[in-house]
Amino acid sequence: MLLRSRRTGSVFDQAAPNANRILRSVTVILVACGAGLLLMSFASPQARHGDRARTRTEGLVAWQQVYSVLTSPRCINCHTATNYPQQGDDRHRHFATVIRGPEGKGVAGLNCASCHQETNADSTGVPGGHNWHLAPLSMRWQDLNDEPLSSVAVCRAITDQSKNHHLDGPGLLKHHEDEALVRWAWQPGRRPDGTMRTLPPLTHEEFVAATRRWVEAGTPCPPGR
Amino acid sequence: MATYELNVNGQRKQVNVDPTTPLLWVLREELKLTGTKYGCGISACGACTVHVAGIATRSCVVPVSLIGDRPIVTIEGIGNDPVGRAVQDAWVEKDVVQCGYCQSGQIMSAVALLKTTARPTDANIEQSLGGNLCRCGTYVRIREAIKRASGQLT
Repeated sequence: MLLRSRRTGSVFDQAAPNANRILRSVTVILVACGAGLLLMSFASPQARHGDRARTRTEGLVAWQQVYSVLTSPRCINCHTATNYPQQGDDRHRHFATVIRGPEGKGVAGLNCASCHQETNADSTGVPGGHNWHLAPLSMRWQDLNDEPLSSVAVCRAITDQSKNHHLDGPGLLKHHEDEALVRWAWQPGRRPDGTMRTLPPLTHEEFVAATRRWVEAGTPCPPGR
Repeated sequence: MATYELNVNGQRKQVNVDPTTPLLWVLREELKLTGTKYGCGISACGACTVHVAGIATRSCVVPVSLIGDRPIVTIEGIGNDPVGRAVQDAWVEKDVVQCGYCQSGQIMSAVALLKTTARPTDANIEQSLGGNLCRCGTYVRIREAIKRASGQLT
């Protein structure tokens, strides 16, 4: 017993200084962490608010770039609030009394597909793309006077999943990236006079990148109406 | 030049033409199906209307290279269809035609309408045939004939 006790005591006696050092180290670390947390409790709201504000600001800047494309003639001509599509850079009413029809594809006898084929017909000046059609009225980006809606109104509409076919942020990004009629805006073909149609103000790559920044910022919309 | 195999009025036809040639001119010049008319050349008048895969199509603005294997029906073949036959009979019965130049296009659009809307209203008719112009102004008789054909079919 004595031997064991001595041994035990001996071992304990030898370990004690190490344990004390460890204990002191842990204490220092805990105090440092506590102090850090205490500091963060004062600093973090501001810091976090700063991050949020910067992200939201970046998102809003990106949105304005997206908006500049959405309201360009190649896009907005088929996002009307009226019963007809538009055409041309001056966004005049589509000729030949073409109307929207129940599914946005015209009416029997006068469908979009009566002229618009799967691809552009540059030799005759008729643009084309897969499933050529008008955007639904829930995605109108103009008023009834054919004036583009405000940035706020368009932003709210396209982020409203009850209006946008249930697209969340990534869904909107994918739509802008892959949808055939969206991509058509950058391959719009030639006018009947043989000249090239005007392109949107950003390249498709820039448009997708702006959409991505906007989505990563949480699809913020500008304040106001 | 390129060679295209077309299905026209149920028959296989081969043509060797420039890919940008509008379908209208393939029908008229290559296949001698002259019932389809050239009016404006910019899809504004409807005189050149044919059916491509059942869709009333303005053949003057569709290059033949974009047709693919979709079946084409022209005014020469529409009478083989029950709806087409009824419309043509109604056209004769109501004596719709004056000069007649636009009438093949009018009939093709009318058939497309009746195939989707068995009992069209006046508004349906005006919307569906709004792109088919008639300088003789036979619109009233066109409407009567469409309703007559509708009555015969339903």
